Amino acid sequence: MNVRLTKVALAIGAPLLALALAFAITSLVLLAAGDPVGEVWAQIISWPEARNQVNILNNATVLFLSGLAVSIGFRMNLFNIGVDGQYRVAVFAAAAVAGEGWLPGYLNTALAIVCAMLAGAAWAGIAGVLKATRGVSEVIATIMLNFIATALVAYLLAKVAVREEGSNVIGTAPVPEGSRIPGIQMWSDIPTEIYGFIVFAVLVGVAYWFTLNKTRFGFELRATGRSASAAVASGISVRRMTITTMMLSGAVAGLVGLPILFGTSPYNYGSTFQSGLGFAGIAIALLGRNHPVGIALGALLFAFLDEQSNPLQILVGVSPDIVAITQGVIVLTVVVSYELVRRYGARLEQRRVAAQLARESAAAKDPRPTTKEAAR
Amino acid sequence: MDDLVVHGPLARPEGSSLVTSLSRDASAATGEVAVRLRGIGKRFPGVIANDDINIDVARGSIHAVVGENGAGKSTLMKILYGVQPPDSGTIEVNGTELALSTPADAIKAGIGMVFQHFMLADNLTVLENVVLGAESLHGIGGAARAKVAEISAAYGLGIDPDRRVEDLGVGARQRVEILKVLYRGARIIILDEPTAVLVPQEVDELFGNLRELKREGLSVIFISHKLDEVLSVADEITVIRRGTTVATVDPRSVTSRQLAELMVGSELPTPQTEASTVTDEVMLSVRGLGLRGPDGRAVLDDISFDIHRGEILGIAGVEGNGQSELVEAVMGMRGGAEGAVVLSGRDIAGLSTRARREAGIGYVPEDRHRHGLLLDAPLWENRVLGHQTREPSARRGVIRRRAARADTQRIIDAYDVRTPGTEVPARALSGGNQQKLIVGREMSADPVLLIASHPTRGVDVGAQGAIWDHIKRARREGLAVLLISADLDELIGLSDRIEVVLRGRLVGTFDPSAVTPEELGSAMTGAGDAAPTTTTEETRG
Ligand SMILES: Nc1ncnc2c1ncn2[C@@H]1O[C@H](COP(=O)(O)OP(=O)(O)OP(=O)(O)O)[C@@H](O)[C@H]1O
Ligand SMILES: [Mg+2]
Repeated sequence: MNVRLTKVALAIGAPLLALALAFAITSLVLLAAGDPVGEVWAQIISWPEARNQVNILNNATVLFLSGLAVSIGFRMNLFNIGVDGQYRVAVFAAAAVAGEGWLPGYLNTALAIVCAMLAGAAWAGIAGVLKATRGVSEVIATIMLNFIATALVAYLLAKVAVREEGSNVIGTAPVPEGSRIPGIQMWSDIPTEIYGFIVFAVLVGVAYWFTLNKTRFGFELRATGRSASAAVASGISVRRMTITTMMLSGAVAGLVGLPILFGTSPYNYGSTFQSGLGFAGIAIALLGRNHPVGIALGALLFAFLDEQSNPLQILVGVSPDIVAITQGVIVLTVVVSYELVRRYGARLEQRRVAAQLARESAAAKDPRPTTKEAAR
Repeated sequence: MDDLVVHGPLARPEGSSLVTSLSRDASAATGEVAVRLRGIGKRFPGVIANDDINIDVARGSIHAVVGENGAGKSTLMKILYGVQPPDSGTIEVNGTELALSTPADAIKAGIGMVFQHFMLADNLTVLENVVLGAESLHGIGGAARAKVAEISAAYGLGIDPDRRVEDLGVGARQRVEILKVLYRGARIIILDEPTAVLVPQEVDELFGNLRELKREGLSVIFISHKLDEVLSVADEITVIRRGTTVATVDPRSVTSRQLAELMVGSELPTPQTEASTVTDEVMLSVRGLGLRGPDGRAVLDDISFDIHRGEILGIAGVEGNGQSELVEAVMGMRGGAEGAVVLSGRDIAGLSTRARREAGIGYVPEDRHRHGLLLDAPLWENRVLGHQTREPSARRGVIRRRAARADTQRIIDAYDVRTPGTEVPARALSGGNQQKLIVGREMSADPVLLIASHPTRGVDVGAQGAIWDHIKRARREGLAVLLISADLDELIGLSDRIEVVLRGRLVGTFDPSAVTPEELGSAMTGAGDAAPTTTTEETRG
């Protein structure tokens, strides 16, 4: 077979194998619990309706940004568990600034986006500085910062909040109408629209790919991740790189909540703002192998599973939490299946080399011992 | 050499034959062969590393394995030590065929291996290092200590179990590694390039230890690129060429020249000093360089020297006397260094490592795995490493893949790096080929100063000569070189001037055309206060 074709097949094979394994394990859980396996899968794998398709895309946009943020850290061997805290601090900052409406129209939006990125970068930067100067593990630091973020945001929210009428939900002042990001209408017969922010998310994905794979900065970041000692000898300041990478990761994390803030009612940050988006990003970055296209596919998959599982309770009487199990298991099976496929690929390659050598030596009328070995 | 057997504690009067002198060994009845390898084959993507390897290692002998870089020596040893499985062939140990799938299996079969890169914990004592991971053998207390002392005495290793490893020199660390292997009951010991890091005196000591081991009936398998050493210590030599055993020879019947021809089909190069190309123009000037260790002790003490354009300054010293720190201080990799470092008139002491590299310093690090390579990155990315701010690897902040690949191919051709291509990860190259790639990289972009720590460590004789030629050619064109090497022949053959470093100080200057390795050797160990041919003061003024 064509060598390049084999490579592509293997690259696609690995995630598919991971999915198949995860589905098998989930099925076992369903079986063990006595739930109707077939019906659950029938619902999940069914083709989503227009409204659900829009929801999936929207949710995927948010998860994609979260996955990107985590994977920036991964590329340098930094485990940024703190995307969750970073996006909450950031979206709060953006909501507070945008709600004030100091600037007109989209200038206000731009200012809020910048504030969100700065806030996320600063929050992640704390962990970066601690790691670079004091050697504190970024895992520990970001976990603690997640807790602090929760408390800090709640505390500040209480200060700036306006109470919504007739409810005890509190939130920041809504983003003025002219500063919201209009949605994209995909189907005229349904009211839900795709986040306009999706365009921005795609641009961030492209920028991520270019920066990490093409630029000197990206090279240095990856080199530091592979070997800090070799990086030092090559003239890379590992400290500065640690802080920069954490801040960059935090800046992207700062974008995670913005599609929601600028794209859905009530256009503010309140006590009911969606949480936990940062943790899904870790799984999605792993699943997508730190590649923007992979992360996009992973985000779509997670969003799809979330959306499709929603009606499970009503339709077949199974808790939608079952897909959280699938999602968690995927993270594990991904690791296993990439390793399996890698080994299989190496074996294929060896066989190819051996066969080629055998041909060559046969042509040279000098049969080498490998011919015999290769045959079995 | 043979009559050593007679001095052995259990040697018999007629003990010149290995078989008789070893018949006391319980398993000797199965024959004299300790390890029999038959038809061993191993393929990696793009290469056949081993192909129909056949070797018999006699019990109570030192068996050397030689071959050029990438011939498949390390691969074979890793197979024998159970690190990786062979694709084909059989391994017999003491007459029984074994399947070794992990090092634990190999250890159980009495096989031990000392890797080239030591694996000791610096902050633990010798005893703790030896016992680590083998607590079930003799515990961690008095019994273990007694056992360590017993082994040390039995084989003349001379090791104090309570010394901390960080206080030991390289030679002693190697003996600790050997002790570790013996403690685990090894009767067959594999040493992969053990002498690459040792100075001649230490090599002699090591060989003394090895002869002791052999006298006790142990078998040693020993890889080296230094053919003279191999001839002096081995009882039998197997030559591997392109993955296949081509000959097993008796060291008494071959010369190193013939060995080299067997290995590579070319002749042994000898470094020859050419007409001096030293100019008056000072390229690097170091004044009063000092550095303190974490404990406040001076690891570098008032080091001063000049290197001129077209000059090679050799630094001789037993490893661990400040060479690494000196190099890293000049490269700007160590904080806290004091003193002046001036590169062609410009003080670079305050500059970052990157700025120093951009100013034209090439750097061949002593530890290629830690400082020289991204092992899991493809070769072309390794070409970019350290040159990521300069043409042809990058332009305006963007990495130029195509140019980097093309330049990697140039290095591969010019330095004869044996590899299937520029896309393979650096890890897939043999040690010597990794080294050639690094030297080629650091010699590109026309450096004005090359800082080379052991530039030919682990490189076979043919490639060594090629690297020397490259360095000499660059010197003719004005390159200044700071050369650190444990190989005294290399140091004497290449250098225009040699400084000896001892405990962080430069203790003497030698003229390479007038000094012998022995003289250098004793100056390096601080023994005998060998009279330098020129005084330190003269060259410093
Ligand atoms: N893990 C690996 N993956 C792919 N190729 C490998 C791997 N390990 C070794 N090789 C290849 O196998 C061949 C033999 O390598 P090996 O390390 O055994 O050589 P060697 O004789 O020890 O050389 P040296 O003297 O340079 O240390 C080389 O061509 C090398 O590139
Ligand atoms: Mg080797």
